[in-house]
Amino acid sequence: MYRKKKWLGFLIISPTLAVIGIFVYGFIGATVRASLSDWNSFKKLLSGEFVYTGLRNYERLFADWRFQTDMWNTLFFTVFFLFGCLLIGLILASLLDRPLKGGRVFQSIFLFPMALSLVVTGTVWRWFFAPGILPNDPAGINVLLGQIGLKSLQWNWFTVTDTIGPFNLALIPVIIAAVWQLSGYTMAMYLAGLRAIPESMTEAARVDGANAWQTFWKVKWPFLRPITLSAMIILGHISLKIFDLVYSMTGSGPKNVTDMPSIYMFEKTFRSNRYAEGSAIAVIMLLMVAVVIIPYLISTLKKSD
Amino acid sequence: MGIYVILLIFAFFFLLPVYMLLATSFKPLVEIGMGTMWLLPKQPSLEGFTDSIQRLSPNLWNSFLLVIPATIFSCLLGSINGYIFSKIRFPGINLLFLFVLFGMFIPYQSILFPLIQFLQKTQLYGTIWGLIITHVIYGLPITSLIFRNYYMEVPDEMLEAAGIDGAGLFKSYFLILFPLSIPGFVVAVIWQFTNIWNEFLFAVTITSDPKKQPITVALVNLAGSQMIQWNLQMAGAIVAAIPTLLVYIFLGKYFIRGLMSGSVKG
Repeated sequence: MYRKKKWLGFLIISPTLAVIGIFVYGFIGATVRASLSDWNSFKKLLSGEFVYTGLRNYERLFADWRFQTDMWNTLFFTVFFLFGCLLIGLILASLLDRPLKGGRVFQSIFLFPMALSLVVTGTVWRWFFAPGILPNDPAGINVLLGQIGLKSLQWNWFTVTDTIGPFNLALIPVIIAAVWQLSGYTMAMYLAGLRAIPESMTEAARVDGANAWQTFWKVKWPFLRPITLSAMIILGHISLKIFDLVYSMTGSGPKNVTDMPSIYMFEKTFRSNRYAEGSAIAVIMLLMVAVVIIPYLISTLKKSD
Repeated sequence: MGIYVILLIFAFFFLLPVYMLLATSFKPLVEIGMGTMWLLPKQPSLEGFTDSIQRLSPNLWNSFLLVIPATIFSCLLGSINGYIFSKIRFPGINLLFLFVLFGMFIPYQSILFPLIQFLQKTQLYGTIWGLIITHVIYGLPITSLIFRNYYMEVPDEMLEAAGIDGAGLFKSYFLILFPLSIPGFVVAVIWQFTNIWNEFLFAVTITSDPKKQPITVALVNLAGSQMIQWNLQMAGAIVAAIPTLLVYIFLGKYFIRGLMSGSVKG
């Protein structure tokens, strides 16, 4: 009876396994294969002939100034985006983790951007930070800064080509938009974590005379640490593959100041028909995400056993 | 008191772009200028909305045609998968689950080119059905996860009781688990609805005919072509966001629950 159930169970999920096998793993394999080919024009792709070129597409990419910029941009975007989301999420959650009149309303305000499309966010923030290059591009926040007497803060936002080392300052508005959209998520995660802490523990700390700071680090933080790690991994993998937001907000920008691997991949594959190089970018993106995600998946599932 | 001050400061910055969005979208075109951007509209106008709805309505319709079947199919399949992954134990099942789950984290760029070749060969490229199938397939991991987590909470004894009565695998699913699944379905449906509605990469690469594109692609095209008509663009952004915002306003609790199950936990 039980044995039969197991076989039947396997039979029921086997179509899913087959579909995932083909459409995820098989297609990844096909992309890897394409990245090792010479399909860098429509004609060559159409010929259907597979000419193995080794790692030439990858070598070309790593020597490509634009791709190098993309990798730096991804690094800085990820670091600041994560830091912003975690910090703001933690502050908001700590403020809201108490009986508070109107707490629900504040929570909704901080969380609603999560329900929006990244494309909507990009469109809105593009207008917000529009630096005002006339005639086609009126200014956004710069107008407000001028009107309230902060002219000195006016800035060309996502079109500046200034850098600090390899960090493109034009990324700042994009990071702000991304933090605006996703810090509600970290807030919700931290809030759930804080509410799971038994009241007796915070109470005991108070009785022992611990101040708020000590209570936070000694009692609450141990509960929040695993949440921080989960949030870092979830947000980190989002930022490594970010596409919609940048595409709709800034595009690659002057001198690729806001370019990302995903945008370069899109242009290579769908605008200039360099399928093999586009595939190589996709494979590099996959590897970056896999390094973050696979250990996380294995460890969480092990814990649940 | 101090807490409210800090919260209000945060709320101010969170709502600043929303203010700008609303103020701009209700302005007539003549009021869209350098100096008036941050002022409320002097003569509020629905010009932006009527224009953008007129332009976007075919795409809104496409998005509904895409989202509804894709959500239904992916949630039904997810429910069945979640049942097996949570209730039937055999060696290696967790590994199989991992195998499925990985699919939800990959950058879709890494399957995009073969996927499009596949859709072209099967004549599905450029059609809503091509997009529906794509979303159902790549939605399998997350819906399976949501239902697996949900069914984990249902005590095994309830199913075993039915098993003793001779109910088979299907019977115990349809008679016991399925009727209990409504909250799970609400979470999964909301999650899929929101995600598919908001999705852009598949939408922009799988459909090329502007008449067949979902709303997110049409919004980006609107922004690209009409640089000056910001009232139109902002109204368009609101129009594109309304369905998911309504879901968030009325079913926010379930939306947050979906958000939480996205972070795996076994």
